Amino acid sequence: MKRIEAITLAAEAASALGALLIGNIGYPSRELFAVHDRPENFYMLGSMGQASSIGLGLALARPERRVMVLDGDGSVLMNLGTLATIAHHAPQNFLLVILDNCCYGSTGSQPTCTHLGTDLFALAKAAGIENVREVERAEDLPEALLGQGVVIVRVEAGNAMVPIISLSPEEIIERFMRCARPALPSGKSPL
Amino acid sequence: MNPSLTVYRGLKHAGINFATSVPCVNLQELLAMIGGDPNIIHLPVTREEEGVGICAGAWMGGRRPALLMQNSGLGNCINALASLDMLYGIPLLMIISHRGGVGEPIIGQVPMGRLTVPLLDAMNISHCSPNPVAAEETVTRAWERAAKERKTVAVLLDLGFWRSK
Repeated sequence: MKRIEAITLAAEAASALGALLIGNIGYPSRELFAVHDRPENFYMLGSMGQASSIGLGLALARPERRVMVLDGDGSVLMNLGTLATIAHHAPQNFLLVILDNCCYGSTGSQPTCTHLGTDLFALAKAAGIENVREVERAEDLPEALLGQGVVIVRVEAGNAMVPIISLSPEEIIERFMRCARPALPSGKSPL
Repeated sequence: MNPSLTVYRGLKHAGINFATSVPCVNLQELLAMIGGDPNIIHLPVTREEEGVGICAGAWMGGRRPALLMQNSGLGNCINALASLDMLYGIPLLMIISHRGGVGEPIIGQVPMGRLTVPLLDAMNISHCSPNPVAAEETVTRAWERAAKERKTVAVLLDLGFWRSK
């Protein structure tokens, strides 16, 4: 399946579940913004590798909310320690979706090590994560997105023709936090 | 005065309720205090940059986060401090064991020891180096400033700080 198809299914699932959704840097966030923009989406504009970490911190802070992360193979390879941390500290409300297209899709599709055979499924299992699934067909994805742990989705290389995100960093985070933070009595500062 | 306890009290007074850490030998007592506090979620992480990302997510979810590390770890998290925290205006309190200064026995600590303050200055990250008498209030003020200005603030604790028991 194309990555934008997987992102569309993930956005639909997140919307149906009321989940907070973290979009990875580059084209994945752009594709998410294009197919299903919503205030509950956090678009990562920098800090490659940190999508899973941001989602993990959020899931721990808000255990009653579902948190879904759209990550990539290159980004997870850049922050492999995240799999070990997730294995031992991720709560039940956390799902990491790794869209594995075997390349750095936002920089010219240079191959990553998954192209050469590095197995993110095995790495996640070896890190100690119990619930790890692998999905190749689009029809199997919606059900996998209902779970927790890690889902690795095999997607084709290539980006959809989508524009740059038209929101400023301030707009992205302010509207996201209005959804992500617990409701407060009026007038009380969250800080 | 126990230097670890003064920092811990400062964190508690600031309402810090979420922490990520990569250990330093000088942080061990403080990390044990934080780890034993039921009101602080504490995540030992594999790399300091990961701690920056986790703290950012926790803050967006309403927590007050701190990252505890050695100054060597500052070099591991510069991009995330800039293109995540600085970009979006996400506050973070960094409690840093500052190695590599006067009295440092490990030569490998010296290069980053010398570069720590210049790196923070280059990134326009406020920092202070309190003694144990002032540390409790300094730590609390550091978080208050981070939260108010929505930026990273660093508290540097050098070898003299830890030895002043």
